[in-house]
Amino acid sequence: MEMIHAEKLIYEYDRRDEDGNIVGTNRAIDGVDIDIPQGSFVAVLGHNGSGKSTLAKHMNAILVPTGGTMWVDGRDTKDPAELWNVRQTAGMVFQNPDNQIIGTVVEEDVGFGPENLGVPTEEIWKRVEDSLRSVGMIEYRKASPNKLSGGQKQRVAIAGVIAMEPKCIVLDEPTAMLDPNGRKEVIRAVEKLRKEKKVTVILITHYMEEVIDADQVFVMDGGHIVMHGTPREIFSRVEELKSYRMDVPQVTMLAEELRRRGLEIPGGILRREELVEALCRLR
Amino acid sequence: MSIALEHINYVYSPGTAYEKQALKDVSLVIPQGQFVGIIGHTGSGKSTLIQHLNGLVRAASGRLLYEGKNIYEEGYDMRWLRSQVGLVFQYPEHQLFEVDVLSDVCFGPKNQGLTQEECEERAKEALALVGFPEKYYRQSPFELSGGQKRRVAIAGVLAMRPKVLVLDEPTAGLDPKGRDEILDQVERLHKETGMTVILVSHSMEDVARYVERIIVMNRGEKMLDGAPREVFRHCKELEKVGLAAPQVTYVMHDLKERGFDLSPDATTIEEAADEIMRSLS
Repeated sequence: MEMIHAEKLIYEYDRRDEDGNIVGTNRAIDGVDIDIPQGSFVAVLGHNGSGKSTLAKHMNAILVPTGGTMWVDGRDTKDPAELWNVRQTAGMVFQNPDNQIIGTVVEEDVGFGPENLGVPTEEIWKRVEDSLRSVGMIEYRKASPNKLSGGQKQRVAIAGVIAMEPKCIVLDEPTAMLDPNGRKEVIRAVEKLRKEKKVTVILITHYMEEVIDADQVFVMDGGHIVMHGTPREIFSRVEELKSYRMDVPQVTMLAEELRRRGLEIPGGILRREELVEALCRLR
Repeated sequence: MSIALEHINYVYSPGTAYEKQALKDVSLVIPQGQFVGIIGHTGSGKSTLIQHLNGLVRAASGRLLYEGKNIYEEGYDMRWLRSQVGLVFQYPEHQLFEVDVLSDVCFGPKNQGLTQEECEERAKEALALVGFPEKYYRQSPFELSGGQKRRVAIAGVLAMRPKVLVLDEPTAGLDPKGRDEILDQVERLHKETGMTVILVSHSMEDVARYVERIIVMNRGEKMLDGAPREVFRHCKELEKVGLAAPQVTYVMHDLKERGFDLSPDATTIEEAADEIMRSLS
């Protein structure tokens, strides 16, 4: 069963001058076909302006396609009658944690979503506790969100989405504004959700190290999907990735450099241990 | 020709329940022309530290000497200091506001009292320094890509011809190519002008690749200070305070543990590759 399915997806918007007159149209998404199976972990890479955030916003109907169709768990996002079902199915986490937190106490903030869905009070508390536990923030339930670090805030934002029990969670550069520790905390929380709750995860990021555990990686450029494969397949195509303004993990880069200098090392090395093993075999 | 901090202390909201010591007895000297990286997790005091450098924030105690003169002395010309020490904040493109790129970059020098002609000359020079294409000078800064906007914002500070350029996470939110482009440009700038560059960054890989000296901040204190290979030798301690060494440094440590005869101090891909090749030959 596909969680996300898009066919010939197109999104165009008007460009306007200062007086609001239309001066042209931009095509942010240009004929994208994508299939994301239920329960999988998918990463989307692409440079600034490649269309990846626009694509993400189609996954919970913040934007609806101007051409083609997007289905979320079998529901057409263009159908106004399905809007709330779509939003409940796919939860979204954005880049800036400060723009997503509204409660004055952590547990209140996390309870806001389910409360709006009309979940009974007792059930809300259960969900709040459960989701805070799953992101490792339960001990901060009574804290004020503005006293938290970026990584902690972002985990609260994720808990807020989880409390609505979505089948799918879309994270649009959730770590872009965090320090290395915060990044690790958030990625670990996401990993855990995927394993324990079998939630479909779609991660949009600029950090290559965060995608090595993904089942599939999509690379976008100019509104198109230009590369698609497992992390190993994608990261063994170093030059192609670079042509799309992307990079590869530093360990992969080092392996490439050693290959270039004549060492017999397999392509597409992603992890430290793999490189160390490969080098030990050469001794 | 340097910046010297002597026993700088800074306390937020003193006397309230939120009192927090953001800097504790920080002393350091940054000589003119150095390329320095400052690392530390969120809340470690690195942003507070750089805001002291041009007098935006005043220390509770201690002295800050710019070119030998204490900036806290009465009558010190702070305006002049701010033209000497240019600070580029995080997401500086949020501060763009003019109708076109050139006017935006002219804003700084205009405030220094220069004539329109001089301002434009400086703006053009600054835009050239950051590698901004001339054909977009008359474009609205809001229609540019993220990386280009950031160049314009940095040029806005450079147009004041500072002797010291402080950049607070200049690559945050940019794609990998954009990150490299900005940092390569900063490196070139440093080489060509001999300007002191102070780079605050969350990326250990970037810091290792570009700077000659790293200052590690933790809980408001200077924890480590040295060349990248010296600092990243302390990778265990760095991890304890929420930081890390570059990935390649870990690879080198692993290899040494597995019996390779090599020095594990490499911090860049080039250094690591050289050392591995040497140990295998």
